[in-house]
Amino acid sequence: MFRMQKRGEMPKTKIVAIRILAIILALVAAAFIILLLKLNPVDVYIAMVKGAFGSVYRVKEVIIKTIPLVVTSLGIAIAFKMQFWNIGGEGQICMGAFLASYVALNYPDLPKPLLISIMILASIIGGGLWATVPAYFKAKWRTNETIITLMMNYIALKWIQYLQYGPWKDPKAMGFPKIPHFTDNAILPDLFGVHIGWVFALVLTVLIYIFLNYTKKGFEIAVLGESENTAAYAGINIKRTIITAIFLSGGLCGLTGMIQASALHNTLSVEVSGGVGFTAIITTWLSALKPFVIVIVSLLFAALVQGGSFIQTAFGIPQAAAQLLQGMILFFVLGSEFFIRYKLVWNKSFQSISKKE
Amino acid sequence: MDATISFLAAAIVAGTPLLFATLGEIITEKVGNLNLGVEGMMLMGAIIGFKTALVTHSPIIALLTSMLAGAAGALIYAVLTVSFRANQVVTGLTLTTFGTGFAGFLGQNLVGQVVPATVKSFFRPFAFPGLSKIPVLGEIFFQQDIFVYLSYLSVFIVGVYLYKTSFGLNVRAVGENPGAADVASINTTFYKYFHILLGGALCGLGGAYLSLVYIPVWQNNVTAGRGWIAVALVIFAIWNPYKAVIGSYLFGGLDIIGFRIQDTSFPVSMYFLDMLPYIVTVVILVVISFRKSKENAPPQGLGNPYFREER
Repeated sequence: MFRMQKRGEMPKTKIVAIRILAIILALVAAAFIILLLKLNPVDVYIAMVKGAFGSVYRVKEVIIKTIPLVVTSLGIAIAFKMQFWNIGGEGQICMGAFLASYVALNYPDLPKPLLISIMILASIIGGGLWATVPAYFKAKWRTNETIITLMMNYIALKWIQYLQYGPWKDPKAMGFPKIPHFTDNAILPDLFGVHIGWVFALVLTVLIYIFLNYTKKGFEIAVLGESENTAAYAGINIKRTIITAIFLSGGLCGLTGMIQASALHNTLSVEVSGGVGFTAIITTWLSALKPFVIVIVSLLFAALVQGGSFIQTAFGIPQAAAQLLQGMILFFVLGSEFFIRYKLVWNKSFQSISKKE
Repeated sequence: MDATISFLAAAIVAGTPLLFATLGEIITEKVGNLNLGVEGMMLMGAIIGFKTALVTHSPIIALLTSMLAGAAGALIYAVLTVSFRANQVVTGLTLTTFGTGFAGFLGQNLVGQVVPATVKSFFRPFAFPGLSKIPVLGEIFFQQDIFVYLSYLSVFIVGVYLYKTSFGLNVRAVGENPGAADVASINTTFYKYFHILLGGALCGLGGAYLSLVYIPVWQNNVTAGRGWIAVALVIFAIWNPYKAVIGSYLFGGLDIIGFRIQDTSFPVSMYFLDMLPYIVTVVILVVISFRKSKENAPPQGLGNPYFREER
């Protein structure tokens, strides 16, 4: 038999090679499913690439889908760096969007720059506070944050549903359950044909990179993630670090909510999060929590979704196929991580060494 | 009175898919693995069970294949988290994405199709001989379909297995402290695989109950978030299969109350009722951690991978 041994650092090129191999294997595995539909997998894959990047309009669509993934993933990366399993992105997006919408709907006549600034601030507070609840319990009683953040997603979602079907329902919509549209002042402007969220995403990527790698707080978060004992020994205020980091994490998710509500939907609705909170967990993990890699992985994911909806119309393949493919790629990449961290050693050689001794 | 009885009987029906999935997740978490793929495994069981029923017209084969489908999803999770040591949270979430895609993909052309009559009549409620004669309780619990009776049996078997057999003791040892269990020559890898797969099979059954009995017409996303409620219920039940019964029926009841109060003058919005399961779960988790009671705590090794080489 064989046994497993931890590897030392692997050269970066080899790590990338292993990941790419995993994705290729996933595509090969998915090809069998496509063959079952009596279609040529190569044709389908080429169509997916075309569907994602084949025209200016499609590239714009991909970028629009990339923006929320990047901003949310950055937020989640901060939490994961601290080994705080924030899977509450969905809820934090909802609550950020909620507070931003509150401002947009109640003060529609403020000048645009002012209104948008307040909305941004409100969304960060909304998402941040929503995330602070589990952070507080974690800091105080070590309450398991995974489940609480997960449960709070659904509480937030039901809250938005309540608003949409109840007190915030547009009286002019003739009974249709929708919240009134924002005024123009509350809608993010475009820059080069795509809403300005892409600038936010890029600036934030740089900022979070600097924060995590070159600031004291970022360093404290990393130390706390490695070992709580080391952190305590180094004199880090553990409770305060947890709460600050998670406020920031939730705040970024909340900002995503504002961007989506303002630029994409032009109002608040139950679709504001649209699964971004969950997908971002996966993109964050695949990016090994590295901000610049997050941008690339998010772009690829957005392209996968966009390409997936294209093959639906082009080949009549169910849209769920994109989800299926997403899942398969992830399974293979998750499996490949093992070969990055460990190597298999045949016990035969192990025995011969021990015999010599 | 009759209205109350019929409501409670309906709550049991609504709670049955939750009960299967919760039992499955309890078993999985008892060996130390948090599988957030419940929703995905339920959907896999739902679509495969439904498709089998359409093709074979056999309820028994449909149940078996739905279990296999759930277990197959769990197998992917087990290989990745136990053998390949991948992160449990990320793997579980991916399994949900995969399972949702899987069911949507296979079910694309089935939307609106109805369960065959032979299968439907097999799952028709009937009075359980003897027990249904018990006043009130008999009417609530023993005027149900065979699938519900199967869930009673499952609770009983899981309870006895976990608390009264040496295997169950080993299961709990693996979940609490895999290192110690390993030293006591318990095959931790086998225990993890076996119970994760068993958990998946039960989730598959929960899904099949939805697509074969509860909503016997195929629709996309038939689980509608019930998998997540099951994850919550595990905590509500503090990892105890008997308490899972109470929780499942309670949340099953809440599920149908929502519809029933829509057209009454009940002052609370149904959306707040829908929130209740999740709020209750949060409160219970906080209270458990606050009281630090060992008995009600989650399995200690929950969520942590176990590597013999790094012991």
